[in-house]
Amino acid sequence: MNKTLIASIIAAGLSVSAGAAAEKIAIVGGKVHTMTSTGTLEKATILIEDDKIVKVGKDVTVSGEYRVIDATDKVVTPGLIGAFTSLGLVEVPSYGSGVDANASKAAISAAIDASYAITPDTSLRDITRIEGFTSVASAVSRTATIFKGQGAIVTLGNDDTPVTKARAFMVVDVSESGASASGGSRAALWVELRDALKQAQYAQNIRFTPQTEWHGLPVADVKALVPVVKGDMPLLVVAHRATDIRQVIALKEEFSSLNITLVGAAEGWRVADEIGKADFSVILNPESNLPYSFEQNASTLANAGRLNEAGVNVAIGMNTHNIRLATQNAGNAVANGLPHQAGLASLTSSVAKIYGLEDSHGSLKAGMTADVVVWSGDPLEVMHAPTNVIINGEEVKLESRQTKLRDRYLSLESDKPVQYTRP
Amino acid sequence: MINKTLNKALFTGVSLLALATLAGCGEAEKKDSKEQDALVEINKDPFPSTYKPLPTQTTLITNVTLLDGIGGQLEDASILLENGKIKAVGNDISAPEGVKVVDGEGKWVTPGIVDAHSHLGVYATPDAHAHSDGNEMTKPVTAAVWAEHSIWPQDPGFRRALAGGVTSLQILPGSANLVGGRSVTVKNLPNRTMQDMKFPDAPYGLKMACGENPKRVYGKKGGPMTRMGNVAGYRQAWIEAQAYKEQWDKYYDEYDAGKNPKAPKRDLAKDTLAGVLDGDILVHMHCYRADEMVVMIDVMKEFDYQITSFQHGVEAYKIADKLAENNICSAMWADWWGFKMEAYDGIRENIPMVEQANACAIVHSDSDQGIQRLNQEAAKALSDGRRAGIDISKAKAWTWLSANPAKSLGIFDKTGSLEVGKNADVVLWSADPFSTYAQAELVYIDGGLAFDRTNPESWAISDFELGQAGEGDHK
Repeated sequence: MNKTLIASIIAAGLSVSAGAAAEKIAIVGGKVHTMTSTGTLEKATILIEDDKIVKVGKDVTVSGEYRVIDATDKVVTPGLIGAFTSLGLVEVPSYGSGVDANASKAAISAAIDASYAITPDTSLRDITRIEGFTSVASAVSRTATIFKGQGAIVTLGNDDTPVTKARAFMVVDVSESGASASGGSRAALWVELRDALKQAQYAQNIRFTPQTEWHGLPVADVKALVPVVKGDMPLLVVAHRATDIRQVIALKEEFSSLNITLVGAAEGWRVADEIGKADFSVILNPESNLPYSFEQNASTLANAGRLNEAGVNVAIGMNTHNIRLATQNAGNAVANGLPHQAGLASLTSSVAKIYGLEDSHGSLKAGMTADVVVWSGDPLEVMHAPTNVIINGEEVKLESRQTKLRDRYLSLESDKPVQYTRP
Repeated sequence: MINKTLNKALFTGVSLLALATLAGCGEAEKKDSKEQDALVEINKDPFPSTYKPLPTQTTLITNVTLLDGIGGQLEDASILLENGKIKAVGNDISAPEGVKVVDGEGKWVTPGIVDAHSHLGVYATPDAHAHSDGNEMTKPVTAAVWAEHSIWPQDPGFRRALAGGVTSLQILPGSANLVGGRSVTVKNLPNRTMQDMKFPDAPYGLKMACGENPKRVYGKKGGPMTRMGNVAGYRQAWIEAQAYKEQWDKYYDEYDAGKNPKAPKRDLAKDTLAGVLDGDILVHMHCYRADEMVVMIDVMKEFDYQITSFQHGVEAYKIADKLAENNICSAMWADWWGFKMEAYDGIRENIPMVEQANACAIVHSDSDQGIQRLNQEAAKALSDGRRAGIDISKAKAWTWLSANPAKSLGIFDKTGSLEVGKNADVVLWSADPFSTYAQAELVYIDGGLAFDRTNPESWAISDFELGQAGEGDHK
């Protein structure tokens, strides 16, 4: 995207997620999982113009101006959305460099804002998108308090400014690790959290100036929580224990505007009906089936399937460097009771719903952002992979730092040192 | 030399009694026993296995697609398990009378998976600090410690791994130290004690570690704080081990010659290092970077020992030819990368590229999650390799999970393939195990049915999980 275009888009007050490609693309003949009420269409066609999908259907005429991608015997899905990551915030986390995902020495908490730190020049962008992920939700993962701050929605297309929605959600941790950040006990944590939300309710009518008399949380933090208590900003709550999830439900009864999604929820299945009634979504790792701590004693591979059975909107994908493996995670959820369509939704439409993106991402229909992936077969099968990835209407090369390393070393026979081999 | 004979005997199952006879043979007349003190012998097996297989029932599994674990695939095959061993494999096996027949129509049979890299039991769940027993982070060379002394058999992770078709596994100390201590190979059949799990007659391993971990842990605790410091540490340890071994060799030689030498003072750490120099203990070295692995190959040559495997080998693909030349296995993940600098160049084709160079490739877990789905890890590596133009069959890919890890652990004469006479470590999969949706349905260890997915009442439950929320659930 050139700078003039960015400037004009910003000037027009529009989203800056648009791709630069003006190409018209037709994806023809594939098995299309629309992830809408239309369901799955065999041998269907998708038409893409600029950065939008303009048509999805069975009997679509393709004129000569379209570049055709033959998807015969292939599977087509919306671009996958990484549900819970720190992508763009971290290059090498341990003993390494390029780490903005850890803000544990920050003086602020809820106000932490990932959008300022996210870079498209991370090797993770290409490595992740060639596996079918076209956008991610990204937030700081370590802080000193129960709040992990405000996360962002990020496109993995070729944008210089990849944040498509800053301050898109707030993360709070009420699990055992959250309790340790709150003095060591849930008995302190819940009082602290309620107090913070109360303060945000008071603060929503205050116009802060340096002269404002205010003796509560740091002003930046309380201001960040205002959209949360108003229900304008999704609140992601990390919780595992059934008891803790019941506390989250009680919190929702007290602060009725909260738009809550549970994260982790290892024991979610034990309170599946209550979660369903409370209308919470859940982001989980369906493979987590060990008692990593006592709060996860009842974790099981059946968690995703049981929550789905209770009508809960389930999203899958909690990782950063290997968020690309969420397809395998979802496949294992399917192997253990989640219906296959719910497995696909857990990577697409269910994620979009959590972040309020359902009108632009996570499904295939006219008017949606053209994030589309063509797969060699079932995306949840470990032996299948994308053959074409289109982000914001632009087909990206299936190339990454990793594929270049592979190509350099595929043959070890060379007269010259390896650094002269440029794949 | 007695020393070497003893070692060989221990690992080939010759009884100590027979050995004593052997050692004395032909020498009695030469020596005056009154002038010699009793020979000081080091007991190489002070914590002997008390493993007892499950009760068995002669079983014929029919109509399956069978991967034999050494590169072969049979269609419409049957396999007969009898008295804990594989009795027959093929297309025309008649069922003996009274045999239990399992119709495997549409299903697959493979050897049980052997995981060459696990910390189950030494980093047990719940992962409270109280269970952190895998790294003796008190000094950089802790060859004296043995992982088996940290194993908690009630780790719920063993049972999860069983549901993933894992029948044997090597449990290693962690990678904080240059020399981390002895590893042990166990059957995935936890009982009351770790001795109950120990794989009978399996050789010991020695865990060593390259790179970032030792220098990170000791950089501010007296060193090493650099990679060159690491290498100095290994070399110094081997120099001392050589001297120790020479003392003992000399002692045995002089004793054999009828003299009455004084036995050297025992040193637990050097016992283990000398065991490596004698070829009895197998070195498994945590190493990510290609250049560091090649430095270690030179150290190996300098001190005349063999590195059996590099563990993780994230950059093995860069030196696969050298690994093949030096007969060193690489135990690898399918796609882990980037969590630290030395893992930054991880690629998805690492395993197939090692295979392509005819080097020994192993899919390992190093994870209580990964160990539950090693078949999927092999499937990913296989398909990534194929997309890169490396043509590998599913049958060949299964060697990464069975024969190759079994060879690297010195147990391939007993398990790791579906060959007649081998231990009946066998998995019946609900479908092609290269599919995400396939699950281990029946898992046999030494012919005993250790896991039956179709019968929840029969599932093993660890002590820890008894009486807790989720007890006996679908895990």
